[in-house]
Amino acid sequence: MKNVSKEEQIKRDLKRAKKRHSAKKRRDAIITMLLTIFALISAAAFIMPTVLTAVNSFMSKTEINADYGAVFSSIMPGSRTYISKTINLKFIPDKVSFDQYKTVLFLSPDYIFKFWNSMILTVPVVLFQTAVALLASYGFARMKGKFKNAVFLVYVFLMLMPYQVTMVPNYLVTDKLGLLNTRWAVILPGIFSPFAVFLLTKVMKRVPSAFYEAAMLDGANELSVFLHVYLPVCRSAIFSVMMLIFIDYWNMVEQPLILLSDSALHPLSVFLSRINSEETGIAFAVAVIYMIPALLMFLYGEDYLVEGITYSGGVKG
Amino acid sequence: MKKEKKKKRKKLVRYNTPFEKICTLPSLAGILTFYIVPFFAVIYYAAVDNPISKKFVGIMNFKNLFTNDAFITASKNTVVLALITVPPAVVFSMFLAMLMESKIPGKSVFRSIFLSPVMVPAASVVLVWQVLFHYNGTLNSIFAKLFSLDPVDWLKSEYCLVVIAVLFLWKNLGYNMILFLSALSGMPKDLLEVADLEGAGRLYKFFAIKLRYLSPTIIFVTILSMINSFKLFREVYLLTGDHPFNRLYLLQHYMNNTFKSLDYQKLSSAAIVMMVIMSVIIGALIFFDDRFGGDIEE
Repeated sequence: MKNVSKEEQIKRDLKRAKKRHSAKKRRDAIITMLLTIFALISAAAFIMPTVLTAVNSFMSKTEINADYGAVFSSIMPGSRTYISKTINLKFIPDKVSFDQYKTVLFLSPDYIFKFWNSMILTVPVVLFQTAVALLASYGFARMKGKFKNAVFLVYVFLMLMPYQVTMVPNYLVTDKLGLLNTRWAVILPGIFSPFAVFLLTKVMKRVPSAFYEAAMLDGANELSVFLHVYLPVCRSAIFSVMMLIFIDYWNMVEQPLILLSDSALHPLSVFLSRINSEETGIAFAVAVIYMIPALLMFLYGEDYLVEGITYSGGVKG
Repeated sequence: MKKEKKKKRKKLVRYNTPFEKICTLPSLAGILTFYIVPFFAVIYYAAVDNPISKKFVGIMNFKNLFTNDAFITASKNTVVLALITVPPAVVFSMFLAMLMESKIPGKSVFRSIFLSPVMVPAASVVLVWQVLFHYNGTLNSIFAKLFSLDPVDWLKSEYCLVVIAVLFLWKNLGYNMILFLSALSGMPKDLLEVADLEGAGRLYKFFAIKLRYLSPTIIFVTILSMINSFKLFREVYLLTGDHPFNRLYLLQHYMNNTFKSLDYQKLSSAAIVMMVIMSVIIGALIFFDDRFGGDIEE
């Protein structure tokens, strides 16, 4: 009699536990479903502007002008003309056409020049900032002492300053050197920007000093330790830093506005904002062409980008 | 025994080699030329009356600056924009990181999508924003259809702050999310397991464990978002050109106009004021981090 009740007791407990467990499971499933729906909605919002730009670049010029012409003509300074028609973004072109691309690539060399301006301002900064920073960060990562720490702190401080502060000294020097209104005015301060030094020093500090000592014992000199030990170990970090520098300079707006008064030298980023009513027909194609280098980098190097962002976390070395 | 140990340690002290010093030279030379040395010129210009007569005037330039309406408006707008954009940038990105840590399917795709705006140039999507936020644009027509709301002139009214905040979040949430994700992955798993065993609820786990471990990252993301909020000039300029709505007249606009008039006194004193304020803010945040996050880092 007693035995039975005990067994029953256990059975009942088990049943209750199972019930509780399945209730928890169900609740978890509902939460996961809600989170998935939320993620889907926000992902749609995140990707929409990029997709819309791409889709609209395949509309013919006449279609663009008919749809959005009013928006861009009323943006022109001074005019506050309100149009009665509502303007809606279109997800699907009436007729797919490569009209815009044809015009941009073959008929209006202006845009190609601006694209080239962007390239010629960005690529040297990416390459040389990385090169200068690789050397410096090797030094900073290996050296010890209070003086070095103080100098490095200056780098961190400079890195955290907004551009509105650093552009004044930049401007004064480029003016003194007679480089104002030449590409060097943008490129040179960019090359010596402290950002890459800060990031790469952090990365190189993680290289175990045993590597260094082993190489030295084997009779390597310091240059070859730097070239054959440190650089290969930090390879992926170097790619990520280059990507981060590229995005920053590919996007530049402030520097050309101040340092390059000749608008013929302006990069595409500044030029795109000046697009007026006559050019709206091809603006989307220009925007897409401008996106392509950055998006290609993202497609092939997303993991490097993630790695680079991860390294950038934390102010302290 | 003790003596021996001391001796050994002394032997291990290593002097910085000439090669290491030479390595830092190019960068140091550049930093000195383009940032540090001219900064002394900035201080000098801030203290004289004009670059020609070079008369020392003390803090007069600063006094002029603080009575300059354009500077005051620009500072106020920049600060307001930072205050509006930074907190959601921190909170939402932390939320996105938590979302990536949950059990939803297709996480790597979601991660890519959230991260993609980091790479998309601001100038490329500005056309879409213009059509979206125009007075007769898509957003107003959607609102009118769904809630029959009156149209709002997004870029030329108080609502412009909302628009810019949306652009900022779109651009920066992915980057911040990655920072939070890496902090979350560095969190000791056993701690969370123990909490699970002890029957801790979701909220308790979040507030008592995760938030505590994330606090250094929260501080860093705050600093970073603040610096990025100063870069919002890009979006504002691309959307509205040289003459934005009054609320969007930022410090960068002020500096650009001062550059055009080549007023070195105004420029220099403004740069110094901004630098001092930024240093105070960053210093305070780092101090905060040391004080309250110190026990967590190794």
